[in-house]
Amino acid sequence: MSGLSRRRTANAVMNVLAGSAAFVVILPLVLVLAFLIYQGGTSLNLDFFTRLPKPVGEPGGGMANAIVGTLILIALACGLGLPVGILGGLYLAESRDRRIPWVVRFLADVLNGVPSIVIGIFAYTLVVRPMRHFSALAGGVALGVIMVPIVLRTTEEIVRLVPASLREAGLALGLPQWKVTVRVVLTTARAGIITGVMVAIARIAGETAPLLFTAFGNRFGYHGLDQPIAALALQIFAYAISPFDDWHRQAWAGALVLISMVFLVSLAARLATSGLQRQTRR
Amino acid sequence: MEQSVTGGGAAEGLPLPRAFLARSRGAAWGDRVFMGIVRGCVAVFVLIMVGIVAALVYESLPAIKHFGWRFIVTSNWDPVVESFGALPFIYGTLVSSLLAMCFAVPLGIGAAIYLAELAPFWIRPPMGFLIELLAAVPSVVYGLWGIFVLAPWLRVWLQPALGKTLGFLPLFKGPPYGVGMLAAGIILAVMTVPFIATVSREVLLAVPNTQREAALALGATRWETTRLAVLRYGRSGLIGAVLLGLGRALGETMAVTMVIGNRPEISASLFAPGYTMASVLANEFTEATSDLYLSALVEIGLLLLGVTVLVNALARLLVWSVGGSVKAVRE
Amino acid sequence: MRRSTMRGRLVGAILGGLVLGWAAVPAPASAEMLMNGAGATFPYPIYSKWFDEYAKIDQGVKFNYQSIGSGGGIRQITERTVDFGATDGPMTDEQLKKAPGELFHIPTVLGADVATYNLPGNPKLRFTGEVLADIFLGKITKWNDDRMKTLNPGVTLPNGPIIVVHRSDGSGTTYIWVDYLSKVSKEWEQQVGRGTSVKWPVGLGGKGNEGVAGQVKNTPGALGYVELAYAVTNKLAVAAVQNAAGKFVEPTIASTTAAAAGAAANMPADFRVSLTNAPGEAAYPIASFTWLLVYKDQANEAKGKALVRFLWWATHEGQRYPSDLLYAPLPAAVVKQIEAKIRQITYQGKPILAAR
Repeated sequence: MSGLSRRRTANAVMNVLAGSAAFVVILPLVLVLAFLIYQGGTSLNLDFFTRLPKPVGEPGGGMANAIVGTLILIALACGLGLPVGILGGLYLAESRDRRIPWVVRFLADVLNGVPSIVIGIFAYTLVVRPMRHFSALAGGVALGVIMVPIVLRTTEEIVRLVPASLREAGLALGLPQWKVTVRVVLTTARAGIITGVMVAIARIAGETAPLLFTAFGNRFGYHGLDQPIAALALQIFAYAISPFDDWHRQAWAGALVLISMVFLVSLAARLATSGLQRQTRR
Repeated sequence: MEQSVTGGGAAEGLPLPRAFLARSRGAAWGDRVFMGIVRGCVAVFVLIMVGIVAALVYESLPAIKHFGWRFIVTSNWDPVVESFGALPFIYGTLVSSLLAMCFAVPLGIGAAIYLAELAPFWIRPPMGFLIELLAAVPSVVYGLWGIFVLAPWLRVWLQPALGKTLGFLPLFKGPPYGVGMLAAGIILAVMTVPFIATVSREVLLAVPNTQREAALALGATRWETTRLAVLRYGRSGLIGAVLLGLGRALGETMAVTMVIGNRPEISASLFAPGYTMASVLANEFTEATSDLYLSALVEIGLLLLGVTVLVNALARLLVWSVGGSVKAVRE
Repeated sequence: MRRSTMRGRLVGAILGGLVLGWAAVPAPASAEMLMNGAGATFPYPIYSKWFDEYAKIDQGVKFNYQSIGSGGGIRQITERTVDFGATDGPMTDEQLKKAPGELFHIPTVLGADVATYNLPGNPKLRFTGEVLADIFLGKITKWNDDRMKTLNPGVTLPNGPIIVVHRSDGSGTTYIWVDYLSKVSKEWEQQVGRGTSVKWPVGLGGKGNEGVAGQVKNTPGALGYVELAYAVTNKLAVAAVQNAAGKFVEPTIASTTAAAAGAAANMPADFRVSLTNAPGEAAYPIASFTWLLVYKDQANEAKGKALVRFLWWATHEGQRYPSDLLYAPLPAAVVKQIEAKIRQITYQGKPILAAR
């Protein structure tokens, strides 16, 4: 009997240990969120969302330009990331070849792991140097490159789930292959692809490192795609390492806004996926 | 390269009359254009990958020619006399990442085991969701928390306590700055744990139920089932998950830059400030006042790229291997 | 399905309109020109005030300045990725040669590098140049070192380590500091030397004046160097330093101006002059000009005009703002010399500023 009770104790102990591990893992999230809400919530006001930054040392002002800048950069990134990602994912899912898709898939996973600052160097060499100045475009290119592998892989997974019967039905009706792909397959997979895009957007919204030497930052609002542009994550970084208390408070507020954006998008993506899973499980 | 007509995999040999398929010239033309666009996008993607490596190599050539192998083994980072050695950054990156792994691996795999095997079913979805949220928090937000919450806590509580009790070890010598290698290691751990936990959980879930049922049929407790059947089976995948986490930690920039102390020096103490490859890029890239300086920085970027690509490639292969062997069993 | 696509398009259009409308609120972009500059964090408080005030005077142009450090300013203007640079460490001959055109250094204000520290009770401390050099060399490691006690007899110094904080980025503030240390300590000059970025023997790195001030503020026992404005705005303690005449002087507008007293007489034509360890009883020893870097020959006429007009304003009407922020305005004699320099800025060979 002692052998069994020893094993039972071991079981209980491991249960507790594993459970505590899970709990400890979640703890930082709670801590970070608590601080964000406490520190940032008190600094959020209408000014924050509508005003430009004030000169150094003067209290007040806001981060309107940074919020808009982040949205503009995301839009630019989608311009590069969506076509390459979605069509590339389509290719991976539909192609019958063995080697090229394997290489592309492998490269996508590798690109996923490349540090974003290295991608920033790439964008600097490719866009900033020839253009001779920092620009929103360069920032968009950097973020777009980061987006591609995420969109690519999720599109591939989703398109694979589209049942063959739908494709065959389209072809049986006499549609050319490309119309089957675009009108039937993509439309069916639309929800899942959008989910993948949202996951990618959540990722790039928070990226700072590649923007340090591409978008560069701007204390004013949008001035053209070929000019430097502010971004929320950049502004938070600049304010956080400054000594001014007022800027610190704005950094917390900005972080709260940023993390709310990211969480909302992630949550929406999560809900869409569970809906999608329910759909395809018929 | 022929496009398959059906994705499902059955009708390969069926000869469909061409005249029927290509009813109008427009349809075949449309197909070609579409395929061209798709192939174009894939080509763009491959070009991007090649371009990244090419750009980095091209920009770092002057430094490579000038310093050669000495770059990796010298510790002198002196912009005044243009003598650049990357060893302190390599050291800082490795130590901070390894320190992070020490915390993140047991916690992450433990959490994954709990979520995949041991937890009551009603806990699993919300907990899994929370862990995924952790992975979504931007780096700069962690950095902000690190500067204003973690570093002061280290400086006021943990470092003095460690210094008093374990101060005889070279690991814990030196004044308590708050910021430094220990802070960087902890923040990296917090950021890597969700990755390790989620990928490990997927690896564990991919282990076929037959393995678990066999163990349970032999009378094993839940933990014994996990240990003997699941963990052993998914071992390579778990190693892959850990490597993925390591890859993430090696390349992490913002949070580390904000708490590591920015000092290019090699020190045995965890309390000392340090510098990582990613941080020096973030801090000094826009300011490198000479071409050789910039080239040296890009070479550091190249080294970072090489290390992360290697680690990630290895990780993916390992994770795929578990998935692959599972597929074999299922069929 | 068609209805949902239409709805989707409608939603997209509304969102797009909102975003663009919001973008228009901070800056009606069409009529304005954006001038981009980057560089020193040393004068950032006064520059950001100037750009804010100037935008009210000339509404056709906005100046966007990123304070990334003097090293960054020199680099970016050399690469021509910005319209103007800013530095408090003058460019070396080698750096000037690398630029694609002739670069002018235009002095704008005077500032002071101060030794700032974080000790309980914020006592008033005094340093000599050698003691500062030895602290930054790592030879003096504790606050209650004998030499510190001799210099500050009335103060109880804690028995703790001096946590040195320096700049991690390329900095003119660093240049001014190490220029001074090189003048007062042979050992510093030989071991470390001058530059916007040096190999620091000890200390933590902070990014920008902001980063150093932030580190000092957050770390008890820290000692760092920042521009005066940063120390005062953050209520950090500031030390008095012994000057060349042997007197212990605090950094104030008066003592900074005194350091520049003899400057106009010996000013080199390109304005690259060092004011550290200046002679004079009332002179603060770690003061310096800060410069804007502009190309003699401007590439774009509209931008060249805007730049020249701003430079004129900054060195004349703009000089009433620095003292509020604890920078010293330019001596009148120096302003005369600057006027002549600004008149030399050309577009396609013709001076932009006609005789005023």
